Amino acid sequence: MKLTGAQILWEALVREGVTDVFGYPGGAILPAYDAMLGYPIRHILVRHEQGATHMADGYARASGRVGVAIATSGPGATNMVTGIATAMMDSSPIVCITGQVGSKLIGSDAFQETDITGITLPITKHNYLVTHAEDVAPAVLEAFAVARSGRPGPVLVDITKDAQQSSCEVDWQAAVPNLTEAFDEALPGDGDVRDAIELINSAERPLILAGHGVMQSGAERQIVELAERGQIPIAVTLLGIGGVAAAHPLNLGMMGMHGEAWVNHAIQEADLLIALGMRFDDRVTGNLKTYAPTARKIHVDIDRAELNKNVRVDVAIAKDLRAALDEWLPLVERRDRSAWLGKIEASKGEVAVRDIQNLPDDGHLYAAHVINDLWHLTGGDAVVVTDVGQHQMWEAQYYKHNRPRSLITSGGLGTMGFALPAAIGAKIACPESEVWVVVGDGGFQMTMAELATIAQEHLDVNVAIINNGYLGMVRQWQEFFYGKRYAATPLVNPDFARLAEAFGLAATTVTTRAQVGDAVRAARRSKHAALIDFKVEQEDSVYPMVPAGADLHKMIRRPSPIVETAAD
Amino acid sequence: MLHTFAIYVDNKPGVLNRVSSLFRRRAFNIESLTVGHTETPGVSRMTVVVDTDDYGARRLEAHLYKLVPVQRVDNITIAPSIARDLALIKVGATGDARTQVMQLVDVYRARIVDVSPESLVIETTGTEDKIDSLLEVLRPYGVIEMVRTGRVSMVRGTLPVRRRAPARTSGAAVDTRADVSNCSV
Repeated sequence: MKLTGAQILWEALVREGVTDVFGYPGGAILPAYDAMLGYPIRHILVRHEQGATHMADGYARASGRVGVAIATSGPGATNMVTGIATAMMDSSPIVCITGQVGSKLIGSDAFQETDITGITLPITKHNYLVTHAEDVAPAVLEAFAVARSGRPGPVLVDITKDAQQSSCEVDWQAAVPNLTEAFDEALPGDGDVRDAIELINSAERPLILAGHGVMQSGAERQIVELAERGQIPIAVTLLGIGGVAAAHPLNLGMMGMHGEAWVNHAIQEADLLIALGMRFDDRVTGNLKTYAPTARKIHVDIDRAELNKNVRVDVAIAKDLRAALDEWLPLVERRDRSAWLGKIEASKGEVAVRDIQNLPDDGHLYAAHVINDLWHLTGGDAVVVTDVGQHQMWEAQYYKHNRPRSLITSGGLGTMGFALPAAIGAKIACPESEVWVVVGDGGFQMTMAELATIAQEHLDVNVAIINNGYLGMVRQWQEFFYGKRYAATPLVNPDFARLAEAFGLAATTVTTRAQVGDAVRAARRSKHAALIDFKVEQEDSVYPMVPAGADLHKMIRRPSPIVETAAD
Repeated sequence: MLHTFAIYVDNKPGVLNRVSSLFRRRAFNIESLTVGHTETPGVSRMTVVVDTDDYGARRLEAHLYKLVPVQRVDNITIAPSIARDLALIKVGATGDARTQVMQLVDVYRARIVDVSPESLVIETTGTEDKIDSLLEVLRPYGVIEMVRTGRVSMVRGTLPVRRRAPARTSGAAVDTRADVSNCSV
């Protein structure tokens, strides 16, 4: 039976197990939209194509399944660029389908023509320009295989209008992708397992650095077993949060620029770093010249290109993390490392007194208090989707995630505007989960149009705006490094509660800590979306902080007593 | 140091762009790049020379493998191999100078492939060193125009290519003196 290219597209998506797509129609993708009605797929109509890509991304991160976004040619396609780059940096598997002008028109500057495969070449794992109906099935199936395989990431399939409209027979057997396997033997990065084990077993002060790869490879159980066998403490990256339960006694917490002081000190004092599914980002290492000066290093990553990139390591292993750990575990000796653990524990005591949570309520509403209360009130069980900036770091510090995939945030690219659409994707992927958006007043306004998507799709997504009237993180940098010259960081905001009500959401404004509990409880009780505008202390800063490029142990610490910048 | 890669890719539109874009965005400088058909239909072979250290070369190899149309990457820097460059050099020479140029061409076993009243075009094949050297001696006569293909390389014999360059190599670089083929200089 002959199918049109548009029908083949949906047939291929259904065969890949796709049930939901996020998209926005337009001229060059109209044949595909018309054919969509014949297939069992839920289409979520977004308000901006960037939102569609973030939703597909949030969907993928929450569920581990490939997220799908669809848009038309030209501006529809270029609007996807930020979302694709975000997914690329954070290794999130998404497939983006774009319409393209008719193949005869390509290169003629036709209406809404843009070279989207050229534009997205550096920010996709791979992309396809499909000009014949015959090529739709192989391209789409291969796109999914590429998106999922190895280190996951975004793939774009650009399909011309005539390829969607013309018909052909499909041989689904022949369309099965045949990806060239990378030459595995003797490629760089095949460090010896025995070397790794010897280093682990002989280390006195080992430390595991756990990244996003723990969840990507499903090694949550293995990493805890490794830690427990060897009594090895674990530090996590921002994207690694949730991969190891925050409540686990060996989990020290987050490392890096806004990591806890004891974690960064532990890295600097360790004699062995076991880096698992992380990539030594500059936000994690600080000054590379002084990074972990006394430590030998083992690095396991599925992407060979990450090995010996930023940090030279002693043993580099390019392998799926779970497979690598399964191989290691029987060889790791049970050791008592209480001296090392005790040393780290002792360093916490000194820090804890500076913690904002231990300070009395002084009548101000602090973002950290809001997030800590949100953690308590949700039982620590919500999927929290954060944007980028101060609130993101406070969330990472004060919401204790015990479940994998329960924190979704833009790490590598640091994309403001990510949270709201990504949360929509997460809610569609996991309708049973309680989903909270934690977002700053700046980032919220970048993609707030998606409130309409929430309303149209009747989604129970709760939004907590951490509203300090500033682009807070930039303001903090200006305060610390630019002499408090607040260039272009103060925001004059709309009334977010009234705005949300106009979109059909329930909304409240919270200005004191006493109101936090009631507002959150009310939002949780209702089966509809709710927005809470938390008007927090304006000039609060995230501590500790390693200034960009500074030595990891040279942190700007919390002032004691807290928050000297508090303005009355 | 200079690293030479032989890269086997699917012969499809846009593949050269994918490969060269990778070098650009990862901040590797291409010294030379050639591309052409291989013995296998549908497969093209690139010879790329890049100035980077051993770590950079390994990372580059890993990045290349992540490109879907790339089938195989051989770092043939330290493998015993034959490397050739082809150059066309247009020299302005009349009268006595013309005779002298023709003698030099002879010494270098190059060929004159075009003669006009005002100029000669010389074709030469060999290692980059040899061509550099010929160019040097021709310069005083007035080099009007020159074009070079860049290096193409092939590993000697039928031994498998060692894909992993040892971390520390002494000197390395392609030993061209053992070439049995030509290279008079």
